[in-house]
Amino acid sequence: MARLNVNGVVREVDAEPDTPLLWVIREQIGLTGTKYGCGIAQCGACTVHLDGAAVRSCSMPLSAVEPGQKIVTIEGLAPDARHPVQQAWAELDVPQCGFCQPGMIMASAALLAQTARPSEDQIRQEITNICRCGTYNRVLAGIKLAAERGQAG
Amino acid sequence: MSLEPKAAPQVARPTRRTLLAGAGLFTLGFHIPFPARAATLGAAPTTPEVNAWVVVKPDETVVIRIARSEMGQGTLTGLAQLVAEELDCDWARVTTEYPSPGQNLARKRVWGDYSTGGSRGVRDSHEYVRKGGAAARFMLVAAAAKGWGVPPAECRVERGVITHGPSGRSTTYGAVAAEAAKIEPPKDVTLKDPKDWTIAGKPLKRLDTLPKLDGSQVYGIDLKLPGLLNAAIRDCPVTGGSVKSFEAAAVSGMPGVKRVIQVGDSAVAVVADTFWRAKTALDALPIVWDEGPNAKVSSETIAAVLREGLDAKEAFVGNKAGDVAGALKGAAKVVEAVYGVPFQNHATMEPMNATALWTPERCEVWTPTQNGEAALAATADAAGLPATSCEVYKIHLGGGFGRRGATHDWVRQAVLIAKEMPGTPVKLLWTREEDMTHGRYHPVTQCRMRAALDQDGNLTGLHMRISGQSILAAIAPQRMVEGRDPVTFQGLNPGGPEAAIGYTIPNILIDHAMRNPHILPGFWRGVNLNPNAIYLECFMDELAHATGQDPLAFRLKLMDNHPKHRAVLQAVADKIGWKTKPPEGVYRGICQTMGFGSYVAGAAEVSVSDQGELKIHRIVAATDPGHAVNPQQIEAQVAGSFVYGLSAALYGACTVKDGRIEQTNFDSYPVMKMDAMPAVEAILMPSGGFWGGVGEPTIAVAAPAVLNAIFAATGKRVRQLPLKDTDLRRA
Repeated sequence: MARLNVNGVVREVDAEPDTPLLWVIREQIGLTGTKYGCGIAQCGACTVHLDGAAVRSCSMPLSAVEPGQKIVTIEGLAPDARHPVQQAWAELDVPQCGFCQPGMIMASAALLAQTARPSEDQIRQEITNICRCGTYNRVLAGIKLAAERGQAG
Repeated sequence: MSLEPKAAPQVARPTRRTLLAGAGLFTLGFHIPFPARAATLGAAPTTPEVNAWVVVKPDETVVIRIARSEMGQGTLTGLAQLVAEELDCDWARVTTEYPSPGQNLARKRVWGDYSTGGSRGVRDSHEYVRKGGAAARFMLVAAAAKGWGVPPAECRVERGVITHGPSGRSTTYGAVAAEAAKIEPPKDVTLKDPKDWTIAGKPLKRLDTLPKLDGSQVYGIDLKLPGLLNAAIRDCPVTGGSVKSFEAAAVSGMPGVKRVIQVGDSAVAVVADTFWRAKTALDALPIVWDEGPNAKVSSETIAAVLREGLDAKEAFVGNKAGDVAGALKGAAKVVEAVYGVPFQNHATMEPMNATALWTPERCEVWTPTQNGEAALAATADAAGLPATSCEVYKIHLGGGFGRRGATHDWVRQAVLIAKEMPGTPVKLLWTREEDMTHGRYHPVTQCRMRAALDQDGNLTGLHMRISGQSILAAIAPQRMVEGRDPVTFQGLNPGGPEAAIGYTIPNILIDHAMRNPHILPGFWRGVNLNPNAIYLECFMDELAHATGQDPLAFRLKLMDNHPKHRAVLQAVADKIGWKTKPPEGVYRGICQTMGFGSYVAGAAEVSVSDQGELKIHRIVAATDPGHAVNPQQIEAQVAGSFVYGLSAALYGACTVKDGRIEQTNFDSYPVMKMDAMPAVEAILMPSGGFWGGVGEPTIAVAAPAVLNAIFAATGKRVRQLPLKDTDLRRA
């Protein structure tokens, strides 16, 4: 049994130590907002926050999570989905199919936590998540909008 | 720890009793996952439908039924707008739900076709869904008027509030809905003139955004059922091969493993408590394949077969006028070039998946599908049961792009697995590797272009020989016409409302030497319009340069009889500033085509560094879809279409070695990311009088616009895609 702090709740999970954190989150804990897209840290659909930093949970074994580390998933990003990134996404109608968006949102939120006003070049280099519907321009606009709001607020 | 956590949205399993007792839609004791705003099928037993399309609840919630599938393209919102427009309801109260394919079957296809492909969601159903909304409005007004004892003609409606003019009395849709259900439906209704629209045609926000922001949107991969087990599968890496043997005992003791099952002739699945354990055991499972007759096939052998087709005597004719051979013989100048495109995987973000529950009496499937009716047929077939004993619950799609519409191979697999475990629901999920290597690929073709030009540089003859794969031959042979695959000629047809060529060329021959490799093809967003637009529009650019003419002017000379093609082309030329000099180091390309009932054109601005690095600065794309139901969603589709089209043009290729697809994941099949995403300026110019699609057409102008701009920048003509295989450094 491993203990994980997910969205502020400590849970015991029964999984093999080499199980990727993604699958522990989805199958043992039951939070399915975090998506499987590639399994090799290419697409970012599985992005969660580990002590505030964006990590690709499909490629992080359960055993690599240290006791006391705090995991935040899309479900726990903000009460009532009121994170500035989520609000900007709603305002700009960013998602199409939406499958990649939890990862996009988590990656974007982590970027803004680290860099409050990223340049467009920084955004383009830092957000490497894959979206096959092609929402990139709205994602870009959404991050800029969230950054402006964050600054104002 | 629990394998059936309660934290996330649940899909209740229908009991056998409630299913058998279900005489109608609203007595079924289950619900389907849908955006949080959506109603649930089982939640309104006391509210009868007004008609098949509309339910109004006592709290004034308007539930609009949507038969087509939402996969990101916005059709759910667009179709709801069309119904709501005629219904005159309050848009803020609108929610949606999917009627199940089984209910459609039971009700004699009252919701019509469920197929969501070919950019047909809106354009094929706009008339009958609007009539559904108008009929419901008629019945709601009639019910109110009847209650008041007044003529319906004296009543007016605004946002779901019915008012009797002379007396000033008013009521609401919710208050009269139950009575409205008893009103005789009108025999015919008059639809609004689109110029009077207030809901349709407006850039409204999507109805399905909010659940996609907090992880609550349920996709097929997320489905939960009590007692659910999970399956991972491996199909023979070589199409046409089969399972020779496997050692189940080697993995049956691994954690969580329940069963190891052969699926059909060619696949093996491991069923376990969790997907990860199923996949882990499958990875460890020794399987011996009989790779069958295709084990030696490679991209090179396929290319050789296609090359032979370029010169073959026999070919199916798609467009013919005049005497091309004569024109070529008498030409002042002949220009010739051979182009080609590789296989492409759809690479939907959500890999293929389906959940199946089989008993000897009944089979149910939960799956993301672009065609619920086809999924139901596949379910019944694999289950060995009549369709009336089966049901499919459509789950939101994590991308479709054509992969989830035609074949439902993953549904068959899921049912075959569930059939081995009667009474236990099993969710089959493909790994990305399985998905990447067992796709239904964009067909591989080559094309020889041959043009006759007179001494003044006029195009007098064109022979376009396509050699390669037919989609219909593989997956819908019943749609072939005397052995010919008409889908091959998208954008090249002599006329018609769907996909006509935009040039008048006195002597023309467009034909297809069908050559079908064993790799299975499928409808891939944009389908054959994509390669056809590359072939024709890049070659038109070649002809303009070969005769010293401006690429726009050269085209316009041939477009007098094609005013709609011409209008979109002129629009992108004007917007990108074709007549003006581009910024230093920036070069332009331009193109146009028609497909899926819409006229589209594209223009690109690119630069290429001394190191050969391409940068796409700007895209302008124009669409004339006849009518535009939601400009904001169309803009999103156009921008997204360039990501899809340029991902393929720049990086995408599925190559074949030893009979199998070599690319296994996004590391070997790269796609466009944000760093390469250009600005996209969408021009929407609906000219009225027809209904065209918007999900696909502009994909086709992505590659040729950029390739023509690359030629302008480098003098290099890229004729074999993807572009990544070409060194763009100036010679």
